This record gives sequence, structure tokens and C-alpha cells, in this order.
Amino acid sequence: MTISAVPSGYRVSASRQETHDTVTLFLEPTGDPIARYVPGQFTMLYAFGVGEIPISISGPAGEHGLTQTIRAVGAVSSALCAATPRQLIGVRGPFGTSWGESDATGQDLLLVAGGIGLAPLRPALLAALDQRHRYRRIIVLVGARSPAELVFATELQEWRQRDACVEVTVDKADGTWPGNVGVVTQLLGRADLDPRQTLALICGPEVMMRLTARALLAAGLDRASIRVSLERNMQCGVAECGHCQLGPLLLCRDGPVVSYQVAEPLLAIREL
Amino acid sequence: MIGVSPAELAAHSFARGLDDRQVAQLAARAAGIHMPAGERFFDEGGPAARLWLIRTGRVALDLRVPGRGRLIVETLGPGDELGLSWLSPAAQWQFGAVAQEPVSAFELASAAVVELCEADHELGYQLTRRLLGTAISRLQAARIRILDVYAAPGQWAGGKR
Repeated sequence: MTISAVPSGYRVSASRQETHDTVTLFLEPTGDPIARYVPGQFTMLYAFGVGEIPISISGPAGEHGLTQTIRAVGAVSSALCAATPRQLIGVRGPFGTSWGESDATGQDLLLVAGGIGLAPLRPALLAALDQRHRYRRIIVLVGARSPAELVFATELQEWRQRDACVEVTVDKADGTWPGNVGVVTQLLGRADLDPRQTLALICGPEVMMRLTARALLAAGLDRASIRVSLERNMQCGVAECGHCQLGPLLLCRDGPVVSYQVAEPLLAIREL
Repeated sequence: MIGVSPAELAAHSFARGLDDRQVAQLAARAAGIHMPAGERFFDEGGPAARLWLIRTGRVALDLRVPGRGRLIVETLGPGDELGLSWLSPAAQWQFGAVAQEPVSAFELASAAVVELCEADHELGYQLTRRLLGTAISRLQAARIRILDVYAAPGQWAGGKR
């Protein structure tokens, strides 16, 4: 078990195409695995010969291997998405802070995801579902660009069967889509939130998180009950290089999960 | 159509903050309706003369686009208001509306609402504020969707570079 600058070797055991540009990789260690991780943390994934990027862990905490969901938007992420079974990948980590979903014990747990933001939230959701009796309602609100760009689409029904209230909305749909069309914040108004008894975890594009947090504040939640997953240019993963600085935070260490109490003023500074 | 009691109407978020007299005035003009899945509330271009307060179920606002079929513009659910086009001078539905699931709602004739607002300006102010708030939130939601925030390579955890 190591956290170091030297990547641990992992092999791709399987991959699953989530959408046209997003893949979930299932990885198994070839030697010493990385340290145990908690929901919300990320790793640095190394596509040998191409480069290294930060990717949130999308699998359940405690699994032997690693599950990571990657969107192909550049050279490294495209190389990782194209990885085939048995291919070797370097992994450093785990890094960063956790969602702390268990802080909602005895309360409602609300997870709001936008696009691939569902991937970093999935470990928190699975952990909560494994301890379902500890929570009152578990509400999952998911926004996506279109039905075809919904990640983990095959799992939504299973989460519902495990007593989570799962609602999905998309920005665009044709007449065959039987679900919601609109922005994810519109689902909040229909969720009948109990603002004094809700912990909200939000992950998605920054503008979506800001708007969601604002809607939750308007619904009566306090800032300390809202957590967001932030990201800048994570590189070293150990708060040494400074690339991921956001005001006083080094997000590879002090994030990615940050209380909205801390995040709100930082997100309002244009230069950051 | 079924008569609506003030207590039933008061449970809808549209009535939140109205006093008992105002709720009773609205309830006296409302009817309870049930719409099976697949039934249409209205079609694009038709005269806009009703307002529905959705209690349960989901309604899709849609538009037929040549070559692309029926596109869903937005969906509305419990607590939402359906049918705002009568507020504009043209009073013509700009989109169609179909029940995606069985829907129960309170239905009000727009003429009755306008008459009520003109007779009771305080109630008119309250209703106008609510309907304007709904229009603003839908405008803002439409603007956010125009941004297409999920399309751009994000800088959030899980998918970048």
C-alpha cells in the first residue's frame, strides 16, 4: 500500500462504454495496490507514453481493484478510454478529500449530478445504499445533455430498487424520451426537500454546481450542508506543485470535495 | 371535472402564501381533472385560455419540427403550472402539451382568473407575482440549457484532458 510519486501498476480487467465519449475502466493491481480510498477521492492515472491525468474514482470503496470513469476529451483521456483488457496503466493516489456522506446519518442525503459528475458521486451513493438504514431519504438528481449521454444508465433502476429516489432530466430529447426535460435545478423544486435535515453533495460542471447550490440556498439549506467537488489543474496530487491552487486551497489536498461555505466566495472571484 | 375544496387547493405550492379568502376564491373557480397518459392538453397554435396547476404526473411541452419529429421542449411535474401563453396578448399556445404519465391537476379558465384579478387587485398582485416568477425561472432554465454546459470538456472531477 503506497502513496508515492511512483505509479502502481494496474491492468485493465474490463471496460464498459458508458456513452460515445465516456468509458468506465475496471482495473486490477499487478503488485501492491494503492491505499484504501474513500468516496470523493481521485487518482492520477498514467497512460504510459502519453501522460498522466486526475480521474475521480467511480467504484465502491473497499473493492479490491479500481473503477474509474473517463471522458475522452484530450490525448491522455482518449488513450485511457481506448485501453484494452490486460493493458497496463499507472495509478497514483488516492488523493484528496471525501464526500463524508455518513454525516447525513439520520437525515436525507441528496446527490445532484451533472453529466459525468455522476461518476465521482457514485461511490458515495453506493456506500449510502449499503448502509441504507442509516439515512432517511436518499435522493439522486441527475442532469445530462441527452438520454444518449447519460452515464451509468443501466444502474438507475437498481438504485431505485435499493430505495433511492432517482430522477433524471436531460437538456434535449425527442418525443420517444419518457423522462424529464429541463435543467437539474428544476428537479429540486419537486423533491420536497427538508432543508434542515438534508446534506447535499453536488458534482458537475462548475456553473451547474453554482446554480444548484444557489437553488438549495433558496430552498433553505445552509451553506455548511452543501458540498461541491471542485477541480483545477491537478498534477502532483500531493500539494507540492501548486497547479491546482484555488485561492487558499490546493485542491488536490484540500479538495476536490469542499464545503460550499468555503467554495462560494472563491467561485465568485473571476481570476480564480 | 370535479369541484375543488379550498383545502385541496391550499396544498398546492401555487397557493402557498395566499390567505384563506384568496384560496377560497380561486378554489371556487377551479376544477379537478385527470388526464390519461398520452392525452393532449393542447396543441401548438390553439387558443390559450386555461391554466393548470399540476398535482401529480408529468406533462411534456412539445413542438413538431419538420424532419426531426416531435421534440420535447420541457417537462413539467407536481407543483408546476401548465399554460402561461394566455398571459401574452396573442393568447395562443406556443407549444403543445401532452400527459407523459397520468396527470391530475386543478384547471382554471384564464378568463375567470383575469376577472378575479381585476376585481381583487391584491389577489391579482399575488397571482401575477407567482406567474411572473414561473416565467422567469423557465426563462433562466432555458438560458442555462442554451449554454450546453455538459458538452464542453469540463474541469470537474471525473472527466477532463
